[in-house]
Amino acid sequence: MTRARIAFWTVLVTLLVLLPPAAAALQQPFYLDLVRKAMIFAIAAASLNLILGYGGLVSFGHAAYLGIGGYAVGVLAFYGTTSGWLQWGVAIGASALVALAIGAVSIRTSGIYFIMITLAFTQMLYYLGISIEEYGGDDGMRIKTRSDFSGLIDLGDPVAFYYLALVLMLACLFLVHRIANSRFGMVLRAAKSNEPRSRGIGYSPYAYRLVAFVIAGAMCGLAGAMFANHTAYITPEFMHWTRSGEIMFMVILGGIASTAGPLLGALVLLVVETLLAGWTEHWQAILGPLLVLSVLFFRRGLAGMIPGSRDG
Amino acid sequence: MPLTLVLEQLLNGVQFGVMLFLMAAGLTLVFGIMNLVNLAHGSLYMMGAYLTVAAVQWSGNYLAGVALGLFATLLLGMLVEVVALRTLYERDHLDQVLATFGLILFFNELAAIFWGRAALDLPRPDWLQGHIELFAASRYPLYRAVVIGVGLAVAAALWYVVTRTRLGMLVRAGASNRSMIAALGVNIRLLYTFVFGIGAALAGLAGVMAGPIYAVQPGMGELILIQVFVVIVIGGIGSIRGAFAGALIVGVVDTLGRAFLKPLLGTVLSPTAAEAAGPALASMLIYLLMAVVLALRPEGLFPSRGGQ
Repeated sequence: MTRARIAFWTVLVTLLVLLPPAAAALQQPFYLDLVRKAMIFAIAAASLNLILGYGGLVSFGHAAYLGIGGYAVGVLAFYGTTSGWLQWGVAIGASALVALAIGAVSIRTSGIYFIMITLAFTQMLYYLGISIEEYGGDDGMRIKTRSDFSGLIDLGDPVAFYYLALVLMLACLFLVHRIANSRFGMVLRAAKSNEPRSRGIGYSPYAYRLVAFVIAGAMCGLAGAMFANHTAYITPEFMHWTRSGEIMFMVILGGIASTAGPLLGALVLLVVETLLAGWTEHWQAILGPLLVLSVLFFRRGLAGMIPGSRDG
Repeated sequence: MPLTLVLEQLLNGVQFGVMLFLMAAGLTLVFGIMNLVNLAHGSLYMMGAYLTVAAVQWSGNYLAGVALGLFATLLLGMLVEVVALRTLYERDHLDQVLATFGLILFFNELAAIFWGRAALDLPRPDWLQGHIELFAASRYPLYRAVVIGVGLAVAAALWYVVTRTRLGMLVRAGASNRSMIAALGVNIRLLYTFVFGIGAALAGLAGVMAGPIYAVQPGMGELILIQVFVVIVIGGIGSIRGAFAGALIVGVVDTLGRAFLKPLLGTVLSPTAAEAAGPALASMLIYLLMAVVLALRPEGLFPSRGGQ
């Protein structure tokens, strides 16, 4: 780590730690909510970054795991199981299992086929969510009690939940960073940059990609469990394909295959969305062209602007 | 179940299939020739429907309005290609997906600004009302029959243009070797713009024909877009033949699934279980089909002969 990167992370984490007291002093709890949501999405984006940024797997269905994580919390709460350990464990485990199934089929294909088949699987889950009337169908379902962690932490307290999200997000960013720079990550990145050559030196990418896909799914399932607690509501919209596009855009906007990118991308996208939405009802008419322009002209992403990023 | 009901649903499936084909043809041409993943194809379908509604209201004549609306969609498609998509041909699929995703947001909101979020009605003219007689005293709505006829006619015309005319030859040549055909003095950029415009007009035509059957509203494009993806993946990306076969398969499977899966399940499962599982399974059916096809034949049923 260069000195510039240490400085960057120190400033970023300090700002995030200081936000709750600042928001309380300014009586703007809204910002607490916004940044917490951004941090949850940063986990989702970080997990996608692992397979998309480092692995080159353009998954257009990452919102599926957000939905599975959310529904794991919601459905267990519906049957009266409010233990957070169990709920979040199921969220992560179920997401990993589904990712294993989806990945096992999808990773056999590549390029455009991979994009579309991941999209199609997520659509399947989306329609499944819509058609199960018991859990609210199209309208979704309220979660009456948030996940309960044996009284250790109260998710109903916005500040406590905020710090939990901060810690988990930093842990996930660090985890992805470590995975990407491990031997395993090197194989993954090698297969992305030159598949025939990595086969040539004796690595078959399939298993490595599948494992990365499962890790990413599990991590995004965690984000889904947190998001369900954030909104206290689950709907099939968690899995809507525009949500997958949003997460993907966070990764690209933040800077593909960079450690801080998912956080920066999530923060900037959600803040810009909120600002535009406060300004005009038709904010998407402005966001759309902004998206196009950033893809066309802003190729290194926000993380590319961090001092010292070139050698990272 | 009665045979006439099966037949009617089969026709509905074919009708849905030819509409999917009109969308898929443009999408698969653009992908096969320009190597561009265009998510905004659904937006052109939507804009085609809206522009036609506006043109019909303005001109007061259905056919003139349709012609005008489709011409406007053609121009809109060419405009989008020149302004936004042209720079994307050399980029990877990820950039293309994201940029065209941005276009979707833009067009949906644009439609909401001009025409509101409520669904519009595109009335069908009097001469398209009524039914036609099939055999055994069963009747089928004339409008849907016309949709099938128009779709098949367009498919035949497209096949003729692509395989039998000079324009089609240029298009196929551009698909297999872009720089070679450019070196031979063909204005390949103009050709691409034109092909994109045609694809847009075909999507618009699908939107127009969908108007009286489904609703004209912002976001109508995405629903069908994802189904069209399934079509071209099943058929084999870049192949018109594949798009046609895939469209009919998906159209028929989806329609029959929605109509008969629930009663069929009811014969095996308990009525309540069938009630719950039927609709869920029916809406997932085409995605399951796609997963099976891809697992068995990762290149689709009719891999494009064009190359790559």
